[in-house]
Amino acid sequence: MWINMGPQHPMTHGLWNLRVKVDGETIVDAEPVIGYLHRGWEKLTENRVYPQIIPMSDRLCYGSSMTWSHLYCLTIENLMGVQVPERAEYIRVIVLELQRIASHLMWLAAYGTDLGLLTAFVYCMRERELFLDLLQGVTGARMTYNYPRIGGVRNDLPPDFERDCLRVLDYFEKKIDEYEEIFDGSDIFLMRTQDVGILKPSDGVNLGVTGPALRGSDVKIDLRKHDPYSVYDELDWSICTHPDCDCYARYRVRMDEMRMSCHIVREAFKKLPPGPFRVKAPRNGPRKTAFARVEDPRGEALMYVVGDGTDRPYRLKVRSPIFVIVSAVPVMLRGYKVADVPSIMGSVDMCLGETDR
Amino acid sequence: MGGLTEEDVVEAVKKTLPEGVTIGVIGPRRITARSTRSVLFKLCEHLKNQLGFEHVSCVSGVDRLDHMEVVYHISSYANQCVIEITVDIPNDNPEVDSIAPLWGGANWHEREACELFGIRFRNHPKMERLLLPSDFTYYPFRKEIKLRGR
Repeated sequence: MWINMGPQHPMTHGLWNLRVKVDGETIVDAEPVIGYLHRGWEKLTENRVYPQIIPMSDRLCYGSSMTWSHLYCLTIENLMGVQVPERAEYIRVIVLELQRIASHLMWLAAYGTDLGLLTAFVYCMRERELFLDLLQGVTGARMTYNYPRIGGVRNDLPPDFERDCLRVLDYFEKKIDEYEEIFDGSDIFLMRTQDVGILKPSDGVNLGVTGPALRGSDVKIDLRKHDPYSVYDELDWSICTHPDCDCYARYRVRMDEMRMSCHIVREAFKKLPPGPFRVKAPRNGPRKTAFARVEDPRGEALMYVVGDGTDRPYRLKVRSPIFVIVSAVPVMLRGYKVADVPSIMGSVDMCLGETDR
Repeated sequence: MGGLTEEDVVEAVKKTLPEGVTIGVIGPRRITARSTRSVLFKLCEHLKNQLGFEHVSCVSGVDRLDHMEVVYHISSYANQCVIEITVDIPNDNPEVDSIAPLWGGANWHEREACELFGIRFRNHPKMERLLLPSDFTYYPFRKEIKLRGR
């Protein structure tokens, strides 16, 4: 029997539909149905000049819009051969890592509600607001920032930003311990996540799963290390993995990554050089192609651009991490019960804006 | 890490497939290649089985007006590099071998390219619509579909 879980279902976190084929309570097959939010984003960009696309790429994922507009600027910089000043690269790393923490916190809050830990939802959203405040201080907006520019960033860090930021990080790192007490101290949470949604490392790699989902399967891959962009190769940090391959492992990886992001921000502040934060970029893109890929909070994000010598892209293709991960979801679901669907799907961190584009 | 360097990969591909593939290194961790339709699958098989390219990042269709292009970004975790393969296909027969049997990660990208550009992928395990409604009659990302103001 096929059951439609969605498009209106508390598990989906967005507008999509998961069709599951069940034999009694056991899932024998699954089929994600997406496309409810398809806006033709890639085609729309062909009608805009290059800088106009930056705020559009913010809307690819409201949960981590900074990484998408950064990725877009990185791609166009590769196309035009623009060299970004060093200070801008450090500022980008700082805001990207703050964004990663905010995104993981939103995921943790949603995962808490999925699994009945409503307290965790309030706690995580409360701390997420601190990071949104920080980003608002830099960019002026809470969620869709429009901050990176082709050739740097829009403005310098505000005065006293380092002090505020370090104060938040000190406070937040104590709060992570509190979250761990709530989650790891809850027998219900452990029962619903451990040994559920197993993704074997070989399957994960072949199906194109990336990001925390892959690192939760004990594959030590992080593009910030393996294909370093900005100044990640000049900072001292390490990749977080977990050997269990289940939902709990993916939760663990994200918790460790939040700590690691705090560490990266501190490192970046230590090395933050003075100097210009933006250079002027040319108006027209040359007649060639370019691509860039970054480690989004959800996995590997890639943009491929074809320039035709005008001020608009001829073609812009977006590789969304969740688009590929959701295609691998049937492998994670098979053999488990219908009641496990929320914990498995929640551990993926769905974001429909980037999936459907 | 101990993988192959970019030059090793280029040499190995040139040795195995002397015909139909032009390949070169364009920068650190970046290889670019242009392949004909007929050898694409062999090239991909070689990349996967012998050279350790285990991950498909992206499959994109591009409408170049006089022909279509499919661009593959295939990356290797072991060698830490990405290869970009461009395949030209004619407008009157937009068909190419699917690489989804090799890498499951290419599956949905190919389905997307099929419904948005009308590129057919031979031997694809499940070629169905993904993003668009089932009663759509045209391929919206082709250049013949004009946007307002352009």
